[in-house]
Amino acid sequence: MMPAPDFASLTVGDVVAERSFPLTRDSLVRYAGASGDFNPIHYRDDIAAEVGLPGVLAHGMLTMGLAVQPVVDWAGDPGRVADYQVRFTRPVIVDPKTGALVTVTAKVGQLDESATVARIDLTVKVGDDTVLGKAQVRVVLG
Amino acid sequence: MNPELQGRTFPPTEPYLVGREKVREFARAVFATNPINLDPEAARAAGYADVVAPPTFAVVVQEQTLAQLLADPESGIDFSRVVHGDQRFTSTRPIVAGDLLTATLTVASVKSLGGHSMVTAESAITDADGAHVVTAVSTLVVRGDE
Repeated sequence: MMPAPDFASLTVGDVVAERSFPLTRDSLVRYAGASGDFNPIHYRDDIAAEVGLPGVLAHGMLTMGLAVQPVVDWAGDPGRVADYQVRFTRPVIVDPKTGALVTVTAKVGQLDESATVARIDLTVKVGDDTVLGKAQVRVVLG
Repeated sequence: MNPELQGRTFPPTEPYLVGREKVREFARAVFATNPINLDPEAARAAGYADVVAPPTFAVVVQEQTLAQLLADPESGIDFSRVVHGDQRFTSTRPIVAGDLLTATLTVASVKSLGGHSMVTAESAITDADGAHVVTAVSTLVVRGDE
């Protein structure tokens, strides 16, 4: 196992990881293939417009999937993520030319000392808009 | 949608064999950079049999159960009105390439809220030995007529 972060050195409010993810239409097509989610609102402007969307949207599950990656790298091992939840609060519109930049900040939200579990809270934004709410990751550090 | 769906359990899905290249493809698609997701040698060095899937990979297996729910004529869910509200994964252990996984869907709750319906779908995913691996929970919002 790769060494886990030292639980005893953590304090609630510590920023443990930050990363930004430039999404393009290519990212959406790649995720569609990898996940099997071929809903055309994630790659066709005409269909997105038909159903009243402001543009082609990133898959919510793509945003959820990438937002946990800075925590995985901090934890050292994806197997340490025991629980992960999000609320989809706002869609990520991916412009065909300029894409979208998703920024993730991961902070210690709560520490359970008896279980050595850290709850890491994610702030996930595009510009000033929060796109995932109640985004929480439980990481087992024992 | 049909409120009597609450509490209903669907039949288990066909077993899903987790392939190494599928895990690597999914890992790249979610911008994973951890070698344990991508490199079998690194995964073995960390004590796993093969590459470890990212935390949200279970959605690929869960998807089969949501398809069961949406395809069921008794559910009364209009797919074009469905919006994904919340998602959660609670794991006993991570998914590793080589796992043979089966998912069983239970409709945990059906609620009405100002013309919309909210359905909470819990998919329990187990391995070839029947041991629990991960439970994927989705809350779907079905928009009412406007």
